Amino acid sequence: MASKAEQRMTWQVGSRAERRYLLDREGLLAPLFLLPSIIYIVALVAVPFLLAIAFALSDVTVGDPSYDFVGLRNFAAIIRDSTFRRSLGNTVLFTAVSMALVVVLAKLLALILVADFKGKWLVRLCVLLPWTTPVALAAVAWLWLLDSVFSPVDWVLRTMGLLHGNAVYLGRPGLAMASVIAVHVWRITPLAAVIIMAGLVAIPDDITDAAQVDGAGPWRTLFEITVPLNLPVIAVATLFGAILTFTDMTVVYVLTRGGPIAATQVLASWAFFKGIEGGNLAQGAAIALFLFPVLLAAAIAILQSVRRMEVR
Amino acid sequence: MAVVEVRDLHKRFAGGVVAVDGVDLATEEGEYLVLLGPSGCGKTTLLRVIAGLEQPTSGEVLIGGSPMTGLPPRARQIAMVFQSYALYPHKTVLANITFPLKAAGIDKAERRRKAEWAAGLLGIGHLLDRRPRHLSGGERQRVALARALVREPSVFLLDEPLSNLDAKLRATAREDLREFQERIGVTTIYVTHDQVEAMALGDRIAVMSEGKVRQVGTPQQVYRDPADTFVATFLGSPPMNILERDDCLVGFRPEHLLPRGIAEPGDGGVSLDFHVHRVEHLGSERHVVGTVGEIGQETRVIAVLPSTVAAPVHAGQTEPFVAAGRDLRFFAKSGQRLERQRL
Amino acid sequence: MDLTDHTAVERQRRAAARRRSAARIGLYVSALVFALVSAGPFLWGLITTFKANPDLYNPTHNPFVFNQPPTLEHLRLLLFDTSFGTFVLNTLLVGVLVVTITLTVSLPAAYSLARLNPPWGGAMGIAIFFVYLIPPSLLFISLSRVVSTLGLQDSTWALVLVYPTITIPVSVWLLMGFFKAIPRDIEEQAMVDGYSRIGAFVRTVLPLAFPGIVAVVVFAFTLSAHEFIYALAFVSRSSEKTISVGVPTELIRGDVFFWQSLQAAAVLVAVPIAVVFNAFLERFITGFTMGAVKG
Repeated sequence: MASKAEQRMTWQVGSRAERRYLLDREGLLAPLFLLPSIIYIVALVAVPFLLAIAFALSDVTVGDPSYDFVGLRNFAAIIRDSTFRRSLGNTVLFTAVSMALVVVLAKLLALILVADFKGKWLVRLCVLLPWTTPVALAAVAWLWLLDSVFSPVDWVLRTMGLLHGNAVYLGRPGLAMASVIAVHVWRITPLAAVIIMAGLVAIPDDITDAAQVDGAGPWRTLFEITVPLNLPVIAVATLFGAILTFTDMTVVYVLTRGGPIAATQVLASWAFFKGIEGGNLAQGAAIALFLFPVLLAAAIAILQSVRRMEVR
Repeated sequence: MAVVEVRDLHKRFAGGVVAVDGVDLATEEGEYLVLLGPSGCGKTTLLRVIAGLEQPTSGEVLIGGSPMTGLPPRARQIAMVFQSYALYPHKTVLANITFPLKAAGIDKAERRRKAEWAAGLLGIGHLLDRRPRHLSGGERQRVALARALVREPSVFLLDEPLSNLDAKLRATAREDLREFQERIGVTTIYVTHDQVEAMALGDRIAVMSEGKVRQVGTPQQVYRDPADTFVATFLGSPPMNILERDDCLVGFRPEHLLPRGIAEPGDGGVSLDFHVHRVEHLGSERHVVGTVGEIGQETRVIAVLPSTVAAPVHAGQTEPFVAAGRDLRFFAKSGQRLERQRL
Repeated sequence: MDLTDHTAVERQRRAAARRRSAARIGLYVSALVFALVSAGPFLWGLITTFKANPDLYNPTHNPFVFNQPPTLEHLRLLLFDTSFGTFVLNTLLVGVLVVTITLTVSLPAAYSLARLNPPWGGAMGIAIFFVYLIPPSLLFISLSRVVSTLGLQDSTWALVLVYPTITIPVSVWLLMGFFKAIPRDIEEQAMVDGYSRIGAFVRTVLPLAFPGIVAVVVFAFTLSAHEFIYALAFVSRSSEKTISVGVPTELIRGDVFFWQSLQAAAVLVAVPIAVVFNAFLERFITGFTMGAVKG
């Protein structure tokens, strides 16, 4: 039977212990550690997002910042605008075509990057350049390469006898679109290749060894073993790339400003022109919101792919 | 059926690691050869070089008398079972087994027939539509074997296929493997670090250490006539007792060290005062752990007494033990076995 | 094939050797093509930097050689006559601050999600991920209002405030991956040895995750240096611009493009970042696979 003094001591130690071990209380630490990021995200992402919706339902412009609720009028006006169909179509076209190309090229590049050869470090460096350069600067570099008068690409083609005069890359609708797609593909392939590389490396050596012993040549191993096992990773890489292309306005802004005559206008760049340069915040926000449903679908698709990677 | 021959094989990895340091080996037709040794001794590397998954730094591999240098694994008519079984996770069991046949260009009907034959032989016919992740360890192993079998190879290569199974399963799996090989009759090279496995399965055992083959022989040969102290102490559990004498090493197995009265030293045998530290009762036998100080310095020694030997032995006491002359093995200080017969 | 038929085996061997060298050549050629196409614009940009105007503005001149003697004039112009230096400083400043904020916020968050199982931890992880998918091109309009309401219009502080929204989600994801790769035993050992949870975290996990942290620093810095939309939308005053926006806007005065200086700027910025990225490539891959596979 503990004495009164002992009992008192135990009680004191108990509460002091609790206080001292505050730093160990996981129940407290866990949410506490998360708090700053949640605050940040709520304040600067969730709130602006809701704000964007609010703007889209109003008539706010830079000139007339008073908030008046106008319902879906902006959305209706945008849909009626012929540029809308153009922009939407372009956005989808650019994303789809770019991604189709990126998937193939990135897979090739990833295979090259995992192989062993002399000068690998240098090749890796070169191949990373398109991705690691700020978008705007890379686009500017291409601006000259595709110039209507001085394009070096034209010069090479002329010297090889394949071209007479100038292919006006950024001035002709079809070529302009091809150029925008080309620059997107050029930029995103390294990123996709790196992601796919990660997946390739994750396949245990045993399996490729077994395929070798079993008699599979390099092509069969690639198509029947490597690619199927890598599908989730390829899916993730493609979806990331698609999101980046879908929401990008920089390439279009720098290269063509959406021209010629809205031939290369995409939703993101149109939103920028209307909202910031044109000052019509409400309409700009409304245009930008059209991006959201597609992004949501893509996000869900990515999560499912990631989950499938874990199952194995 | 083919004979596998390895001539003066060396394998050096980038970074200077020498995995295989001059190995000469030849299998006999249809034999079950075990490569036995501790981790890092080079046995798996040797197997991979034979398979063609690694290229030797120098030396040759011959299968069926033809040099295999420069030939990829699929041209060597071999089949391999990996430690992890390396089943293709995204394919069904049937697809796994028919994969090599597909690579060989065999048509679908024939593929199915062969796969079912192999599956039947291994008792997994009912699993053909499952995926590897739904199979137990033992079932996976059998799928790996079926996949290997279906190619009708000339040589079977197995890399520690039992080490991923739990102990109980290992014994039955071992039995199955042995039966399997006897039925098929294909030359088999089997890598393991487990000497019990090696002794149970092998027609011959090649004991390896540090990239070299120390000795090749039947289980009886390597056990009774070890070529050096490494082989002598690697095989047998507990290992052979080795005592130092002024000019050589003397070895005798724990089961040959018996209390005087049960055995007599006889001609050339030794008599030792065994200072007993501990007696472990293991059911079917007793392990007596202690030291002796007669021949050379104080050395730790173990004696294994079967339960049928009832002689009383107690910790803390000193008992006279003997080892018969014919059970003694002599080694030079360097480890090499000497021909000497007596002390 | 009968292995004892030596001639057949010999033929196989030669065929295999031929196939191997063909594959090798194919590998080198494709690697070369990829490298050239990727780096081509920069190599050419490097040459262009030093081209004299008459040389450059002539469609018949070979763009890859110096038809007239090279000049340092445009490089000088870029470095001393424009605000390029200011841009670089701004970018560095913003970068460092953003990285600091990112780490301060992401490290605890990643640790919490990886180790401490907070309530709705799984949902939180997914939520953070979803945030990453609400792009600047959606938010920039409302954020520009927020920024001007806060009085940060035309200031690099606007960027410092907003960029972490881009860097935090990815950093948390990457760091989570790195933390999960560290065995729990080590922290538990530290706690048994007498450290509090935080103490164990600081003393054992952080040092081990250091390579991952460095990778995150590089990644976050790069993200903030690349960013265009917010920079373009929030900052119009030249002295506050970063490289990403400053170079395209300032070096194009009306219709006059200072091409050589533009190319110089592109190359000057691109190459160091690529070099650093290349060095950390392995780390990124590790972090990425950890984050995804064990996610």
